[in-house]
Amino acid sequence: MSKSIEAIDLDVYYGSFLAVEGVNIRIEPRTVTAFIGPSGCGKTTFLRTMNRMHEVLPNATVKGQLLLDAEDIYASGVDPVRVRSKVGMVFQRPNPFPTMSIRDNVLAGFRLNGIRMGKAQADEITERSLKGANLWNEVKDRLDKPGSGLSGGQQQRLCIARTIAVQPEVILMDEPCSALDPISTLAVEDLIGELKEHYTIVIVTHNMQQASRVSDKTAFFNIAGTGKPGKLIEFDYTDKIFSNPSVQSTEDYITGRFG
Amino acid sequence: MSQTETRGSAVAQTTDTEQPPVDAPAGVPLDNRSGRFGDRLFSGISLAAGIVILVVLAGVAAFLIRDAIPAVVASPEELDRDTSFWGYVGPLVAGSVVASLIAILVATPVGVGIALFISHYAPKRLAQPLGYVIDLLAAIPSVVYGAWGALVFGAALVPGYAWLSEHLSFIPIFGPTHSTTGRTLLTAALVLAVMVLPIITSLCRELFLQTPKLHEEAALALGATRWEMIKAAVFPFARAGIVSAVMLGLGRALGETMAVALVLSPGPLTASLISTGNSTIPAEIALGFSEAFGIRRSELIAAGLVLFVITLVVNVLARLVVARYKDFSGAN
Amino acid sequence: MSAVATLQKSSLTAGRLPRWTPWAVGAGALAVSAGIMSLIGFNLPGWIVIAWLLFVPSMFVAARTVEGHQAGVDRFWTVLVCSAFVLALLPLVSVIVTLLVNGLPGLLDPGFLASTMQYATSQTDQAAAAGEGPVYGGILHALVGSVLVTLAATVISVPIGLFTSIYLVEYSQDGWLSRAITFFVDVMTGIPSIVAGLFGAALLFSLVDPQDSLMGFTAAVALSVLMIPVVVRSTVEMLRVVPNELREASYALGVRKWRTIVQVVIPTAISGIASGVTLAIARVIGETAPILVTAGVAVRLNTNLFNDWMMTLPVFIFRQLQNPTSPTAVGPSIERAWGAALVLVLLVMALNLAARLIARAFAPKQTGR
Repeated sequence: MSKSIEAIDLDVYYGSFLAVEGVNIRIEPRTVTAFIGPSGCGKTTFLRTMNRMHEVLPNATVKGQLLLDAEDIYASGVDPVRVRSKVGMVFQRPNPFPTMSIRDNVLAGFRLNGIRMGKAQADEITERSLKGANLWNEVKDRLDKPGSGLSGGQQQRLCIARTIAVQPEVILMDEPCSALDPISTLAVEDLIGELKEHYTIVIVTHNMQQASRVSDKTAFFNIAGTGKPGKLIEFDYTDKIFSNPSVQSTEDYITGRFG
Repeated sequence: MSQTETRGSAVAQTTDTEQPPVDAPAGVPLDNRSGRFGDRLFSGISLAAGIVILVVLAGVAAFLIRDAIPAVVASPEELDRDTSFWGYVGPLVAGSVVASLIAILVATPVGVGIALFISHYAPKRLAQPLGYVIDLLAAIPSVVYGAWGALVFGAALVPGYAWLSEHLSFIPIFGPTHSTTGRTLLTAALVLAVMVLPIITSLCRELFLQTPKLHEEAALALGATRWEMIKAAVFPFARAGIVSAVMLGLGRALGETMAVALVLSPGPLTASLISTGNSTIPAEIALGFSEAFGIRRSELIAAGLVLFVITLVVNVLARLVVARYKDFSGAN
Repeated sequence: MSAVATLQKSSLTAGRLPRWTPWAVGAGALAVSAGIMSLIGFNLPGWIVIAWLLFVPSMFVAARTVEGHQAGVDRFWTVLVCSAFVLALLPLVSVIVTLLVNGLPGLLDPGFLASTMQYATSQTDQAAAAGEGPVYGGILHALVGSVLVTLAATVISVPIGLFTSIYLVEYSQDGWLSRAITFFVDVMTGIPSIVAGLFGAALLFSLVDPQDSLMGFTAAVALSVLMIPVVVRSTVEMLRVVPNELREASYALGVRKWRTIVQVVIPTAISGIASGVTLAIARVIGETAPILVTAGVAVRLNTNLFNDWMMTLPVFIFRQLQNPTSPTAVGPSIERAWGAALVLVLLVMALNLAARLIARAFAPKQTGR
């Protein structure tokens, strides 16, 4: 059920300011793609256009096409809410709903949409999602406790469980480990490797070791200067990007000469 | 507690419903048309509520103006008195303004003092309970202050008034005679001062507590005493806020009805603050409205409109001061 | 203690007044003041005022001579600031003592909470004042009226206030309309309560037969004008502090905006919203002026908001003081007024306390392992 993503000449604007320019990229199903690049280069902005989350900000607009298995999510008449139910997202800081228990957090995608289900089915989804997020063994005895009582890494895996509970086609991750300690980071990275079997995953990261550990392909974004738009510089297999990049600025970035 | 409740209701909700279609977990609803309708409906209701507020305010203005006009344009004969409407409302405005200004003059230094005491002088453990006490002072209904002012405070001030009229009666405000009940404009003004005190105090206290610690410590590190630190760091930071707190207090004092209506035995405008006489717009309306019909009713509504305009000007000025100085306050 | 430490200590404390100085100066000032008073006739306020007038400059001079000018000024202002605080405590203590001393007898009158003023006449009051009978009459009608009118005002204000806040925080993108609403909500905060009352009166006067326009509902409309801005301001503040991350988390799950608001944003902010509403109720339940001009006065129980005059507690207090039941024997009326005032203050305090408890009880649990 995972799908491919393809951007064609995609520009992102905030008001009249061009934030990201001319992105062309094709992401295959059941792969992990990492977005790397210096701060402010538009990689998070581009990630958020992939499930129309950037529209939450006022005045953000997009030109060009973004195809989810050949279906343009920016075609007129497309409901952004439907797009988001197919393209899930995990955020930089773990954000479980503080008013909900762990179980309700996992089921949030259904509960918040007013979908009712039997207890057996709810339990099954909870268990499957938490197992999918490698969290089941840690929380199975306290499903009715608040989600905010978990540690940071557990909270982030809870957010992943919440995302996979609704069985999206694609999972976007915006620096999912930047607020976590090394052990929790390792747990989440392991999880990403397992999730790849079922989902298309795109991950933004500042950590190049992480990019090389978890991703199949890597996209390098860069920005020419303040006020200039961010651009996709190079997109290739991760091994190639980190060993033998074809663009000079990519090599400068990954060898630590700037950024 | 709340967690178990949440769970309980979720269980109760799910047990009654039949099993959903098998493929339900595979997706959040595909047909989202109803959802979109919900969005539109909800944002429509929210917008409507906001517009209702504008309509209500426009309504306040429109109804009051409509009902006030007959009195404003009426001749003295129609009003059954020897002046026009403006001659009638003028002394009331004067009474309102004098009482409120005295209240503010008394309340401002004391209020700022209390705020400073709580924020910078009192022991840390005391500061929070003291804040609560001030908030409680603000919560006491005005009619209670009015009763206290009329029956207790006014009577307690009579010896003071006697002394003033005996020794200082050459000053017009301490008039030739004094009230024997203490129900005078000065008493009313002092009761108003007690009532606006908590407003000024709580606004100032919040401001003083927000003073950047860095500025304070910089001043102290240079060997400043506590007072010098307050002068150098706290007051410049809070100046605009203090001004606006005082203006808000003034607006409140101008509009306060019951304290004045209960304390004052109203009468014509006099210069003396300690003898019977004078009145304010709100007190005049409160005391007269229930027996007012026709043109008299219209007259009182017109007086209310005048009060509205005065308080509006004071409040807008307060906000302008805040907006003007916001950029310079050094707050982030 | 070593010699060095002693030396250092003394070098830092040199030129400082000992800690007991303020007490000593204060006692001295009181003594001198008592001396002056004994010459012109003693009275307590005069004694304290003169003692204070002596204390402030003596402290300043003492500190200035021993500790220097800087410290003298500092002491001077410290004394003034602390005096301001003590001065402000006086009316508070006086109000509370008066309320308790005068209010308890009224509260303890037979049937005070369970009867109305229907059968309390100037005869019974005169008898009571002459010590020939109990004080009849009670506040049941006013208590019921206060609760009904405030409840009606809440029912009108909370939905309007809540949805307006939702519009301002969640929907408007800082356009002219939202700025206009914010501005006019601020303006509404400053409307004098008597003017709000006049509005209610004028509105209902023109909508229904003027004969019938004085009723509980009119008062509720007038109170709503005062309540809506309070609700909006506190709710907007509470919605603003809900982290954007939670909204985004919900959107990212494919949840509609309105469902996000209803099921994520509002539950997260509910404690603050509820406590703000409670404080708004506490504020309007004590309002007198708007009700005076909109609901008339009544001596009997009326539970119909839409028909006939209605009494509320604050108006009851006002009327008992202003127009005593028996003009020749005002004692029982004053007693009932203070009793009602005590009940009203207790009610307001209870609401304030409830607001704090609500804020604490419903706050999202941050821990809970």
